[in-house]
Amino acid sequence: MTPRLIRLTVNGRAYTRSVEPRTTLVDFLRDDLDLTGTHVGCEHGVCGACTVLLDGQPVRSCLLFAIQLDGAVVTTVEGLADGERLHPIQEAFREHHGLQCGFCTPGLLLTAKAFLEEHPAPSDGEIREAIAGNLCRCTGYHFIVDAIRAAAGGVRR
Amino acid sequence: MGAKYFGAAVRRREDPRFLRGEGRYLDDVKVAGLLHAAFLRAPYAHAAIRAIRTERARSAPGVVAVFTFADLETWMKPLPLFGAPPPGLAAAIAFEIRQAPQFALCRDRARYVGEIVAMVVADSRARAEDAAEAIEVDWEPLPVATDMRQAAEAGAPLVHEAWGTNVGVAFTHAIGNVEAAFAGADVVMSETFHIQRYVGMPLESRGAVAVWDRRDGALTTWNSTQVSHFVQQGLASALGLPHHKVRVIAPDLGGGFGTKASGYPEDHLVPIAAIVLGRPVKWVEDRREHMMSAAHARHQIHAISLAARRDGTILGLRDRIWLDLGAYNVWGIVLPYNTVAHLIGPHRIRNMRVDVQAVTTHKTPNAPYRGAGRPETVFAMDRAVDRLARELKIDPAEIRRRNYIRADELPYDFGMPYRDGNPLVYDSGDFPAALEAALKAADYDEFRRGQAALRARGVYRGIGISGYVEGTAIGPFEGATVKVDLGGRVLVATGAVNSGQGHETSFAQVCADALGVPLEHVTVVGGDTAGVPFGVGTFASRSGVTAGNSIADACHQVRAKLVKAAAALLEAAPGDVDIEDGQAFVRGVPASAVPLARVVQASIPTFAKPGVASPDFEATAYHHVPTVTFASAVHVAQVEVDVGTGHVTLLRYVVAHDCGKVINPLIVDGQVHGGVAQGVGGALYEEMVYDEQGQLLTGSLMDYLVPTAMELPPLETVHLEFPSPRNPLGMKGLGEGGAISPPAAIANAIEDALQPFGVDITATPVSPARLLALIRETA
Ligand code: FES
Ligand code: FES
Repeated sequence: MTPRLIRLTVNGRAYTRSVEPRTTLVDFLRDDLDLTGTHVGCEHGVCGACTVLLDGQPVRSCLLFAIQLDGAVVTTVEGLADGERLHPIQEAFREHHGLQCGFCTPGLLLTAKAFLEEHPAPSDGEIREAIAGNLCRCTGYHFIVDAIRAAAGGVRR
Repeated sequence: MGAKYFGAAVRRREDPRFLRGEGRYLDDVKVAGLLHAAFLRAPYAHAAIRAIRTERARSAPGVVAVFTFADLETWMKPLPLFGAPPPGLAAAIAFEIRQAPQFALCRDRARYVGEIVAMVVADSRARAEDAAEAIEVDWEPLPVATDMRQAAEAGAPLVHEAWGTNVGVAFTHAIGNVEAAFAGADVVMSETFHIQRYVGMPLESRGAVAVWDRRDGALTTWNSTQVSHFVQQGLASALGLPHHKVRVIAPDLGGGFGTKASGYPEDHLVPIAAIVLGRPVKWVEDRREHMMSAAHARHQIHAISLAARRDGTILGLRDRIWLDLGAYNVWGIVLPYNTVAHLIGPHRIRNMRVDVQAVTTHKTPNAPYRGAGRPETVFAMDRAVDRLARELKIDPAEIRRRNYIRADELPYDFGMPYRDGNPLVYDSGDFPAALEAALKAADYDEFRRGQAALRARGVYRGIGISGYVEGTAIGPFEGATVKVDLGGRVLVATGAVNSGQGHETSFAQVCADALGVPLEHVTVVGGDTAGVPFGVGTFASRSGVTAGNSIADACHQVRAKLVKAAAALLEAAPGDVDIEDGQAFVRGVPASAVPLARVVQASIPTFAKPGVASPDFEATAYHHVPTVTFASAVHVAQVEVDVGTGHVTLLRYVVAHDCGKVINPLIVDGQVHGGVAQGVGGALYEEMVYDEQGQLLTGSLMDYLVPTAMELPPLETVHLEFPSPRNPLGMKGLGEGGAISPPAAIANAIEDALQPFGVDITATPVSPARLLALIRETA
């Protein structure tokens, strides 16, 4: 199929690219923009590893086509830290050992960011519910919940 | 040389790159001119290939090549097989073993759904996948064997005709006098337990990238493997290349759990394509491929009997064990014998007889997954002990008190070999102490006191116990090279691959202490065959102990060299020189301190003079462990069962464990948590389901249920520390333990919750539908 031109903003930077209609957003981010921090775990919308923020809301980038994103504003894990300074959620994950292999981590960080912006003082139950769409095979979630709870204090509203 | 870092909860050094999305996993490896491979996989569990037509695929857009077995015949060597019994074991037990090698591509028949029939290489992954669909195969479906017990019977359809049977491993093993034990017993409890097929399911699937350098005649391949040196050996022999011309690099791994410790057809096919085409080739497995072709695991049946006195003392144990190998017997005695060596666990049982059959079926091959036979065998044993307790009206905690081996009985000799052929002797630990610690942490007595009142209100809560003793850190060794560079900084290279366990932190802690340098001065590289000549890899809870001790040994050698050079530089006796915090100094003379960089630089010859010593600040060590060390734990689960829906809620989960000396307590907790989560999946949710035709019904994560944060409770851990006398660092293995006991502990808790119904849990996963059916049967 003929490629189409799209314009979008990723992590504050504007891109214009021509994409094949069948290219998913995650492949576009990883292959065309070389932003490999967004991971592919299942390509069928279950694992949440590919989560990015689309206009501030978490979405599964394996379930979207890049051409749907014309004009959109996207945040990936690469857009979280402020230069050398890690985002408070990233700091909290490190402090509380909220990651092991790190493969689920980008998706969880973005899910947590969107969640904490709307729930500044969540209960553990709310945290667990918020991240129920992100599979982690390494941690058993305990330290992830600790990290998100700790981050709740330090997240910019 | 104090322990400044060893034992400290150091924050992980690999985390910043993972948190920033700057890890480099297999799919992140990019090379100029990359081609992409896709595979056509068998749609039948057992079928003969009558013809393959590839013309359409070959002429599809972007396609560079299509390979079938016939196209690559000269390259097709049998894939590696493992699991011959080591001498000490072969001498003690008569194993019947049949192994048939798999070829990377099906030659003339497929033996499981997902076996590779053809490889397409194209300029993009999408086009390679399109073309794979255009390959036409004339299949002749053949009869299938899918049930392990039926497959073991005469007359079953055969997976490997030349064997004349489907039994891949068979043996009988006995200790003590089991006949006398059963004859003298007051009570005999018998039950058959089924452990389903469930799998590691790392969040990152498998993959490989291969680059062939024509100039050097050398292959570099990145492979998401836990065992780069094994992959290197397999490739060197299959490709007829010297080992030093095959470099295997394990990049960051998105989990492994054993699934990535097996050998796979793609390990060979991707490099072969790169060599034949002279172009770099990449393949990344998709989740559906992963589910049907990455190794499956578990899947056993135990027909177990316990003979006991009326007071609950267990006198003897009989178990008939079946294990479903899937289509190839890749791992020989590893899983069946692991199962046997861990059956007795913490119990004082001197009389045992086991009859084991590992059986091939037309399903995906079975390989070790976190625990490797232990979760299965512990499920059978701890369920049987609970059943015995129920029959004798003894509390499940009390029957364990009466049967657990006491600390003063250690070292405890079973009078049989471990899987490595060495005597099975528990080295250290205190199983009753772990039991009491777990019960106390879980408020066992209080729970019991409240249980009846809750039941009266229609709230069904139960508590379940499971304990294990686990042979960890199987040898024979791991390789580690330690070098100090011109700037006084240290590189540690080891064959142990980091798949999320934090090696870059924990191994740096070991090195920094042993060498006397700041942690920040150490870089750890794992799983690059160019870094250390010989290595084994990460599996079997072995890396901390085997690589840790090799790193310490190598550091001690390098330290001695540094001390000698520093002594020459400082004009002191070597015995007076010490190294701390990256500085060499004469003891008691702080002003004499010089940075290690100075010591190294002063050792380099100049035009004017030779160096103060040879600038050889490097050592490689292969620490040999005499045999495994025994880690142990007791798990206690509290559950609530909704008798209207069959839904099980985990209320609390407590682990009291001993893994010897701990390098980093934060990492240890994380490993326990992750293991428990996988065990919970096995207990309640996860199952690879096949139909009678050998079709896989669970092909996505919508069908195969990995636990989410909603299914898991907070996890409570109690640490007991009994150093192992079997290695200088006093460590024991840790990685697998968490996954061993949850199925047994949770099933025991469910049965306990449902005492009023008299429900018998004999199989996992205990899904709501299954549990509801059981409740209805008894109601
Ligand atoms: S990769 Fe998108 S949800 Fe799994
Ligand atoms: S840290 Fe490995 S999947 Fe979450």
